[in-house]
Amino acid sequence: MIANTPDPSAIQAQSLSVYYGDFRALKEVNLSIPQKKVTAIIGPSGCGKSTALRSFNRMNELVPTAHITGEILFMGQNIYASDVDPVEVRRRVGMVFQKPNPFPKSIYENVAWGARLNGFRGGVGHPSMDEWVEQCLHKAALWDEVKDKLHQSGLSLSGGQQQRLCIARAIAVKPEIILMDEPASALDPIATLKIEELMRELAEEYTIIVVTHNMQQAARVSDYTAFFTMDEDRAGILVEYGATNQIFTNPKDSRTEGYITGRYG
Amino acid sequence: MNPHSPREYFDRAQQKLLQRVLILGSMVEEAMREAMQALQQRDFTAARRIYVADQEINEQRYAIEMECITLIATQQPMARDARLLAAMLEIITELERIGDYAKGICKINLLMSEAPVDSTVMFNLKQMSEHGLGMLHRALGAFVSQDIAAARAIPLEDDAVDMLYNQVYRVLLAAMMAVPGSVDRSNHLIWAAHNLERMADRVINICERIVYVYTGEMKELDGSDGLQIEDNHG
Ligand SMILES: Nc1ncnc2c1ncn2[C@@H]1O[C@H](COP(=O)(O)OP(=O)(O)OP(=O)(O)O)[C@@H](O)[C@H]1O
Ligand SMILES: [Mg+2]
Repeated sequence: MIANTPDPSAIQAQSLSVYYGDFRALKEVNLSIPQKKVTAIIGPSGCGKSTALRSFNRMNELVPTAHITGEILFMGQNIYASDVDPVEVRRRVGMVFQKPNPFPKSIYENVAWGARLNGFRGGVGHPSMDEWVEQCLHKAALWDEVKDKLHQSGLSLSGGQQQRLCIARAIAVKPEIILMDEPASALDPIATLKIEELMRELAEEYTIIVVTHNMQQAARVSDYTAFFTMDEDRAGILVEYGATNQIFTNPKDSRTEGYITGRYG
Repeated sequence: MNPHSPREYFDRAQQKLLQRVLILGSMVEEAMREAMQALQQRDFTAARRIYVADQEINEQRYAIEMECITLIATQQPMARDARLLAAMLEIITELERIGDYAKGICKINLLMSEAPVDSTVMFNLKQMSEHGLGMLHRALGAFVSQDIAAARAIPLEDDAVDMLYNQVYRVLLAAMMAVPGSVDRSNHLIWAAHNLERMADRVINICERIVYVYTGEMKELDGSDGLQIEDNHG
């Protein structure tokens, strides 16, 4: 099955399999993720959602036993080709994790750090670093809450604020895609709504791919939804992929129906 | 069966709701059957009783509606669960309206002078109601037994009801023109026929929802929509 959407794709997985040693965690995934939309990945624990996400920016290479077969095309180019620099891939495809992980530095430095690392140059015709930090904090819907304490530690913020700081940090390196692995699962409902709102806003400018266990969140926030499950060998497979409205009102596959209505297993 | 499983709790709640929808359906069927009998027998006492009892149908409908809303709010239904609850909300509205038609027929009965209804007209009205009630009864059966084929077939029977309506309509129109003093009475009876015609239309809507619940496909099912009749009314 080649799952496709009507929108132009940002990331295309072609016959993607991911292994940890001999264990195949993802099997023959074909998936085309559209640009500047929110795509949700849902499925039971262990079906390879995080594995898939990490393969989209070569983060899985940080696991020594991991290897992939198949291809991941980013704007048409195979990101695993030998001449591609993984650091550059990770700049263009950023990631936000489940547990907010700001650096033990000031709020300002958390945002400026990534920008600097990626050769940010302020100056004539460009925003200064101060301006850039402010812009990123604005885009992450955090500016108003931190503008008077930019030099306090990022760790002094609430969980929801820390997560938005991580999003600001991810934005600071000017990515094209932002991967989010359960970005709101450690947050209360209000902070969660803020993150969801932010995802919608960010989709104006970036491609968002979000892994979530929260069905309502996937339904609220995403344009497209991919449902993964495990086959008999416990390898993750893509079962169904389509417009979110269709997946949640009229899924075509009984396994999708079973999962989203809680009749799984 | 795990009594603590939220999923099983939700399944049981849905089953209970379905039962309540069926009970509402039988209340409505009975109201219509009795309303027609009261019209035929010109039984004012019965007509008054059925007229007042419509309140119970309304109450039952609101109770089911509240229960649906509670389940939507607490269970956040998805996929077929969502379609089922949405369909129930729609179906109970249609049932309540059919109840209103029965009530309307009782009102007409009470407004008309005591003389029996012309036997040909009464025969046609009875046929219309029996046809419509048969459709309704089988539609509710199809709802519980998840019989998609039946839900698709029942709307085709609406043509027969429309034909009967056209007949009654013409007879009553002719009577109005022939006997000027009969205008009021004929007009009332046309309204009774109109109510019966609308009952069958509402059964079609119910069938559409049933197909939607079990297939996910939302489509109009009526073959003829009685446009010709609407034109007659101007
Ligand atoms: N670093 C690793 N080394 C070995 N096996 C791994 C590693 N990471 C994941 N796996 C295995 O790969 C499979 C998929 O894991 P993954 O973390 O992608 O699942 P997931 O869908 O994200 O689950 P969850 O919803 O619990 O986060 C699992 O069987 C897991 O045990
Ligand atoms: Mg995971």
